[in-house]
Amino acid sequence: MKLYMKYFSIQFKSQMQYKATFILNIFGRIVMSFATVASVLFMMVRFNEIEGFTVSQTLLCTSIVTMAFSLSEVFARGFDIFPRLLGNGEFDRILVRPRRVIFQVLASHIEFIRLGIFIQAVAVLCYAIPGSGVVWTWDKILTLFLMISCGGAVFFSLYIIYASFAFFTTEGLEFMNILTYGGREFGRYPYSIYGKRILKLLTYVVPLALIQYYPLLYLLDRVKNPFYIFTPVISLLFLIPSYAFFRIGLRRYKSTGS
Amino acid sequence: MITLSNINKTFRVARRQAGFGRAVKALFSREYELVHALRDVSFTIKDGEMVGYIGPNGAGKSTTIKIMCGILTPDSGLCEIDGRIPWRERIAHVSKIGVVFGQRSQLWWDVPVIDSFELIRDIYKTDEKTYKYNLEELTELLDLGEILKTPARSLSLGQRMRCEIAASLLHSPKVLFLDEPTIGLDAVSKIAVRQFIKKLNSERGTTVILTTHDMQDIEALTERILFIGKGRILFDGSLAELKKHSSRRKTLTIEYTGAAPEITEGMTLKEKKNGHLIITLDPEVLPVSDAIAYLAGKTELIDVSVSGITAEEMVAELYKEYQL
Amino acid sequence: MKKYFALFRIRFINGLQYRAAALAGLSTQFAWGFMQILAYSAFYRANPGAFPMEFSHLVSYIWIQQAFLALFAPWGVGGNVVDTIVSGNISYDLARPMDIYNRWFSEAIADRVSKATLRCLPILIVAFILPPPFKMVLPSDLFQFSLFLVSAPLAMFTVTAYCLIDHMSTFYTMSRYNAIFVILADFLAGGYIPVPFFPEPFRRIAEILPFAAMQNMPLRIYSGDMAGRDAAYGIVLQLFWFAVLLAFGKLHMRHSLKRVITQGG
Repeated sequence: MKLYMKYFSIQFKSQMQYKATFILNIFGRIVMSFATVASVLFMMVRFNEIEGFTVSQTLLCTSIVTMAFSLSEVFARGFDIFPRLLGNGEFDRILVRPRRVIFQVLASHIEFIRLGIFIQAVAVLCYAIPGSGVVWTWDKILTLFLMISCGGAVFFSLYIIYASFAFFTTEGLEFMNILTYGGREFGRYPYSIYGKRILKLLTYVVPLALIQYYPLLYLLDRVKNPFYIFTPVISLLFLIPSYAFFRIGLRRYKSTGS
Repeated sequence: MITLSNINKTFRVARRQAGFGRAVKALFSREYELVHALRDVSFTIKDGEMVGYIGPNGAGKSTTIKIMCGILTPDSGLCEIDGRIPWRERIAHVSKIGVVFGQRSQLWWDVPVIDSFELIRDIYKTDEKTYKYNLEELTELLDLGEILKTPARSLSLGQRMRCEIAASLLHSPKVLFLDEPTIGLDAVSKIAVRQFIKKLNSERGTTVILTTHDMQDIEALTERILFIGKGRILFDGSLAELKKHSSRRKTLTIEYTGAAPEITEGMTLKEKKNGHLIITLDPEVLPVSDAIAYLAGKTELIDVSVSGITAEEMVAELYKEYQL
Repeated sequence: MKKYFALFRIRFINGLQYRAAALAGLSTQFAWGFMQILAYSAFYRANPGAFPMEFSHLVSYIWIQQAFLALFAPWGVGGNVVDTIVSGNISYDLARPMDIYNRWFSEAIADRVSKATLRCLPILIVAFILPPPFKMVLPSDLFQFSLFLVSAPLAMFTVTAYCLIDHMSTFYTMSRYNAIFVILADFLAGGYIPVPFFPEPFRRIAEILPFAAMQNMPLRIYSGDMAGRDAAYGIVLQLFWFAVLLAFGKLHMRHSLKRVITQGG
């Protein structure tokens, strides 16, 4: 952890070298991500509600998923650009250093400008809260916290899987976008609107619904069972297969070197 | 002590074909070919040795280096460095080695070099005393002084290479791998880097393994040469032996006035300009003194120079000999 | 003309080599379209009266959009233009006997067309054999289809001209991040949600902006959302905006090049 902070500060220092560009970029990203919010807003203004979720409740959902996603973008950037690390030899450098591989990939790329989207999502959250009808008791706050943090972990796992594929092929990684970017884009609305089958898929295979739909039901008092508070924690199990897949990929890399 | 025995490594490479029709065909089926990157590579390097590893591009140099660094696993064969198998005990192994990739940087681009050094210290868990001692010594030997406070991006190539080398030595590795450390450097920096490597090897006893295309590096630095071609070790011995092994031909350059001399047995004409003649000579057929005497008899000589083969030419000849 | 064709051929062969990329792109776009249709059908079920297009029109809109993503998207092509400018390699381009604007323009078109050719057919085939409500349908008649055939290249030209202007702003900013204009164009051209879904007055404004001349037009003409006089008017609007953006781009180019030359690159 101490070493992580060292990595953190060296990158913070270097990204702060260009303060003007940094601020401009953060601002740019905030504006950019408003397109997504605007499309949700436009749709919700027209239809008033979807599957019983109101405008504010949908925006609440949008902002939570966006926050979770942007956390993974800031902290798991190394896995997002992993094909590049393989291509430019940076990964070989990682392999000749005496620390765990995943730790190094994680620590050596922290992208602070992507916090812009997080900031924007916080703004949307603040806007959505008054109209959402949520009474913020401790259990609700805990639910919200778990949704965001575990959500970040699920997206992080997806990035690890993406990176693992990069060990096998340099092309065709685009299909993972449907899970990473798609998870965020389609997570603007509660996953239940896509039908039962998709919801099942997102519950048992890629556990995105565990950090969005189920705890959201609890947050909005649609269910009372406190089990729903902790569904995001179950989603953390997803880290295991993605880690295993990364190890398999790494073994292959060591035998082919490409 | 580094031991490699019977290391084999093959890669599968997709064949790309030219032409439109073939590109369409490749959409559905693709041909692969096996490339033998290393065949039965064996050698031993003792502690404190300095070895030059040479060979043409694609001969298997970097594959071997990668195996020794623990980045690659061979198909078969044994590799032990200080009693460890690199790819089995990666972390323990790499904390005892240093690696410099000449064309890639390990420094953080936008922060002062010293910050990078401190992070590297923490990555390697180097204790403060060792770090301080190494930093001081390296600063002095590589003349880093002011450079340490500069961000890596504003360093010249030569300055950066000195910092790269220092960065790889902060944790006092027993073995140093240098992959083309002088590539792109100007003459002054090249000499500085070479002097430093020499000192490092003789004073600290660090084992150095160096790949390069620059034969001057080899001449200046290494006693021992490993020559690899098409995945096989073709030669293992000293530079002098290699010179003996390769042809002993001499080059004779003469300047003359009057008619151009006829050449005789044992000579081959390489170049003929007005008043200039460059001749290669096989001293086994015609000794040098006889050759000069012969030429002096044929024409009026103004100047004569005799030179042996350069390392550069020798390697080129070796490539030709092995059809690399 | 011959050299532009040669350029196109190289790009196309280049694109063919990446079969896994094509396959992945295909499945991504297919899944993307599928999810979107699911979302819209949820909205349709919630309140059919509020739906501004016929549902079958929307389905065709989405499939055409996915199939021809590479033709109409304001992103994903021309990255090398930005790199050329930032890295200063533009000096090499200046040394070639080709008008730089035309060269970039045709390269971008070649890129778009070759990418789209590889990807559109499989998506279209699957979209046509899906069961309703996901099934894509043909335009109502041949006339409507020919209007689409006119509108599609115009949309591609317009978006390419727009992108080039955006890339050229790199001459001044020397930064790789001009994404705001890309997102703006994508949103207002109906890339996020079709323009008919915009509430008033946004919809009315959006429909006369240059962005309406981009993917918005051919997608709505194909699906039948815009027909007859609306479609004809739309095509005139496209011609107008394309001419404006092209003229502006060329002027901009001349101006920027002067700058490059006086600064010595």
